[in-house]
This record gives sequence, structure tokens and C-alpha cells, in this order.
Amino acid sequence: MTLSIPSTGVIRRFWTRRLQPLMSGFLSFLLTLFGLLVFTFILSRAAPIDPALQLVGDHASEATYQQARHQLGLDQPLPMQFFNYLSQMLQGDLGVSQITQQPVVDDLAMAFPATVELATVAMFFGALIGILLASLAVYKPGSILDHIARMISLLGYSVPVFWLGLLGLLFFYATLHWSAGPGRLDDIYTYTMEYNSGFVLYDAIRTGESEIILNAIGHLWLPVAVLALLSMASITRLLRAVMLEESNKEYVVLAQAKGASRLRILLSHIFPNVLGTLITILALSYTSLLEGAVLTETVFAWPGLGRYLTSALFASDTAAVLGTTLLIGTCFVTLNAIADALTRWVDPRTR
Amino acid sequence: MIINSINQKVWPKWLNTFNLGLSLVVILVFIAISAPLLTDYDPNIQNIAQRLAPPTQEHLLGTDRFGRDLFARVLYGARPTLLLVSLVIMITVPIGLLIGICAGYFGGWTERVLMRFTDIVMSLPSLVIALALVSILGPGLMNGALALAFTSWPSFARQARTETLALRRSDYLAAAKMQGISGWRLIIGHILPLCLPSAIVRAALNLGGIILSAAGLGFLGMGIQPPAAEWGSMVANGSRVIFDQWWVAAVPGCAILYASLAFNLLGDGLRDKMDPRHDK
Repeated sequence: MTLSIPSTGVIRRFWTRRLQPLMSGFLSFLLTLFGLLVFTFILSRAAPIDPALQLVGDHASEATYQQARHQLGLDQPLPMQFFNYLSQMLQGDLGVSQITQQPVVDDLAMAFPATVELATVAMFFGALIGILLASLAVYKPGSILDHIARMISLLGYSVPVFWLGLLGLLFFYATLHWSAGPGRLDDIYTYTMEYNSGFVLYDAIRTGESEIILNAIGHLWLPVAVLALLSMASITRLLRAVMLEESNKEYVVLAQAKGASRLRILLSHIFPNVLGTLITILALSYTSLLEGAVLTETVFAWPGLGRYLTSALFASDTAAVLGTTLLIGTCFVTLNAIADALTRWVDPRTR
Repeated sequence: MIINSINQKVWPKWLNTFNLGLSLVVILVFIAISAPLLTDYDPNIQNIAQRLAPPTQEHLLGTDRFGRDLFARVLYGARPTLLLVSLVIMITVPIGLLIGICAGYFGGWTERVLMRFTDIVMSLPSLVIALALVSILGPGLMNGALALAFTSWPSFARQARTETLALRRSDYLAAAKMQGISGWRLIIGHILPLCLPSAIVRAALNLGGIILSAAGLGFLGMGIQPPAAEWGSMVANGSRVIFDQWWVAAVPGCAILYASLAFNLLGDGLRDKMDPRHDK
């Protein structure tokens, strides 16, 4: 093969090895998204609350009721209703929330940054400590450190997150006053905040006032710590198992026999080989954080998706519940698809 | 692999993950069955005069805001948890095995459709989907189990498919076919028994997570309804008085941690026993 002109073989190889998997990944992403929409559609139609009746009230005449049904498209055949539902969703129309009397999309746009902020900061620390702990455990399997890593990850894996949050509040807020307690900012700051991107920590840093920044961190660190423990536990557990399995393989034995140090084996032999799996583990952990946020936000009165979902659940606000489900589900599916694509990109064995 | 020598001396050999998990689970089941023998209190009898009492000789773990004995409620709370979890397993294992084995055995389009469906369900957020389902179906034991089962069967299906694929080319299956066994008799009599052990391991591994999800549903008021003693909803009740009477929320939370830890240990231990590739 000449180097000067890329032959058609190179292009074809690029297509079959790089682009084709990406395309098929994208297709399966669309299919999964479609499945999610079918699910929420079925639930919205199976809801015991009749939307037409909700619109016109109990005392409306039969004609008014039928008129409302017609306007909502409920008199059409189901496939047609599903088609209408799809086009509504694609236009970002998730219906109107019963509690806030606002479009669900606007509510979600308000709540989403709060959850993303919480989950991302937690993910950062969880991943950092998790990867470190797993590497230390694999550095010397069976050592005291390994056992500590196992113990911590097992506990973090088994602990009910809402209970941990409550105990955290009791201990660090009520007793020690180390945490600023529930919410995102003290009330004085909430209403005087100049910036409003939805990410309070970012906004606080932009104001440049240390008092506000400290207050934001004071509110943020405890729910972050609770969630970070959760993600750290799952990352340590999964990564340790994968790395340990890898370290029993023959190429590691060979490297050992050739006199490579344990650190070198870990960094330049094992780590590149588990990189693909690590990406999957991190994506999995981030998605489970978005979900763990549902319970944590309820405990910490954190105005994110989770608290919005639970208050909608209590009020049986179907539009809000399904809208939140759809948003969290879409995040899940998107993150999984991105992780799959990244894994294929970095790990030649999966191609 | 280098094994720490001190570690072997301190740690008795019989005390492995499996035995520890198994004994913790056995204790849990024992508590659930013999709760009336372990306490004289009825978990649902209210005694307002004694409300929010701290732990004493009379009330070992104190009382909640209706004056109900917390020790009794925690003991009785093991029942709905175990019931719900076993319901979930009874629904998910057969469905997962059926879908996985069919996909692996028939192959072709059957496999593609079934596995695509499995992948879709697997990539959905399980707790959020369960909450959405319960909000439509209404809260309760059976609906909670159905909602949790809806998102937990795919892992069984995937595993069963992988194993069936490996089995499809095995000699003993060819022998069975030559004897004239085919179709469902082959699937149920010859493939299913070989997929079952790893399905049990997976079930044990999933149980801890299911217990946490069930408790989460209860905490959000979407699980088993009051006045029944259920750990998750007990924590929710206690969260109102967390700063003054912390034990009301702390005690049932410990029970959840215990149950989930017990099943996670059992699952880990079972996996280590079945699959020597994992450490130990």
C-alpha cells in the first residue's frame, strides 16, 4: 500500500471500523428513545385521570365533554393518538403541570440544572476517589487497603441513600453546624442573586463574593458527599473486579516475569485495557446518580428534578410525572449511547 | 497473586462472604417469621401517651409519633420487605429466563426482536420508571412488586441468552435432539436446568438493590401503605422529627441497611463460589 494516496481500502476500513458502528449505535439510540416514548404514551393513556373530564369539570354536559375529548384528540384511534403524542413531544410540548399551572417543559428547565449540578459535582469526587481506591486495592490484592476498599464499597452499595442523607443532616447540620442545611442558598442570597443560569455554584462564583460562594458550597457539600459515596461505591466495586480479572491474565504475568514493577504494570498494562470498561462504568454511575438524586433531593429540599418528580407524585400530576420520567429516561439513553460510542472509539477490541 | 499473610492468620477460614451473608439472611427470615415471639407489642397499636419515647427498658428502641413500639415495627417490617422482594423475584426470573432462552435457542429475528426489547428496558432508569408505574397503577404491595419487576428482568434475560447460545452447540444437546427431544421439552427439560444456577446467583446479586428500591418507594409513600410497618415509610415518618427524636428514622434505616447488606454479601459469596474467575 502506498502512503501518498489513501487507497479506497483505507476509506472503506474507516467506514466499516469507525463510522458504521457509530451509525448503528445511533440507530439503536433512536430505537430506545422510541421505546421510552411508547412507554410514557401507554402510561399517559392508562392513567386513571381522564384529561377531558379534568378540563371541563364534573358538571359539564355530555356535548361539552365530547367536544373536549375531540379537542384533545382522544376520540381518534390509538395509533393516530400516538402519532400526535410523538409530534407534541418532538415540539417540546409535555403538557401543563397541575401543581404549578405552568408548562411542564418550563418547570423541567428550571429544575434540570439543579440536578445536573448536584450529580456532576458528586460524580467528579465519586469517580476520583473510586478510581483511586480501586487502583490501590488492585495494587496489592488481599492487603488491608484492599479489604477496606471492599468494605467501603459494599457499605456504600447497601446503604439506603435517603437515610444516609437524613443522618448527614442530623449530624453535620443540626449537631455540628458544618453544613448550611437543606436548599441551595440561604434565603437572603437566593433573592438577591444577580445571575441566574440555574447552576448556583457557578452563579455564586461569578458574583465574586466569597460570602455567597461559601454559602453555596455549605449547602452543596452534604448532598454531594452522600451521592459521591454512592457513586464511589459502585465505581470501586465494578472497577476493582474488572482490574483484578485483568491482572490475572497472561500478559500481566509475562510483564511481571520480565521484571516490570507493580505500578508500571498497573499504569501501562492494565489501565489501557480496562479503559473501555471504565467509560461504561462511569456512564452507568452517572445515570444512577441522576436517579439517586430523586431520593436525595427529597431529603435535602434541593429544587431539582427529583423533588419535582416526588411532589408531582404526591399530587398525582400525571403530566409532570411523565415529563420528568421522559427527561430522566432520555438522559439515561443518551449517556449510554455516548458511552458506547466512546468505548468503541478508545478500545480497538470492540470494533 | 500476593496474599497478605497476616490477613490469613486473623481471618478464620469459615468466615467467608458466603457464610456471613447466608447467616445474616437466615436471621432476617427467622425474624420475619417469628416476629410475634420476639416482642409482646403489636406493631400497629397506638399509644399517644407514650409517643416519641426514647429507647428505654420498656420500649427497646423507643416509639414513633403514634406511640407505636419501634422494636416491634422493625421486626414486623421484615415481613413486607421479604414478601415484596420474593414477589419481584418470582415475576422476574421466569420472565427473564423465558425471553433469554427463547432468544438464544431460536436465534434469527426472534432473537433480534427480543434482545432489542431487553436492551430498551435495560437502559431505562429503574426507580423513576417504577415510580411512574406506581403513580398510574396506585401504590401497594402487588403494584410495587410489579413496578420493580418491570425493570429488573432484563439482566436475567441477557444472561440466559448468553448461556443458551453456548449450549446450542454442545454435544449433550445434540444427543438429546438425536433422541427425538425437541421444542419446548428440550427447552424446559434440557436448557432451563443449566441456566437456572446462574439465574439464582444473579437473583441474589440483585436482591440487595431491589430491597433498596422497595425502601425508596416506601420512603416516597409509593410502596406498602400505612399503617402496615414498612421500613421505608417508617424512615419517612421519622424524617419529620429527625432533629429531635432521631431514633425514629435511624432505627428502620439500620434495618434496611442490614437486609440489603445481608443479600449483597450472599450474592457476592454465591458468585465467588460459582465463578472462580472472580477473586478468592
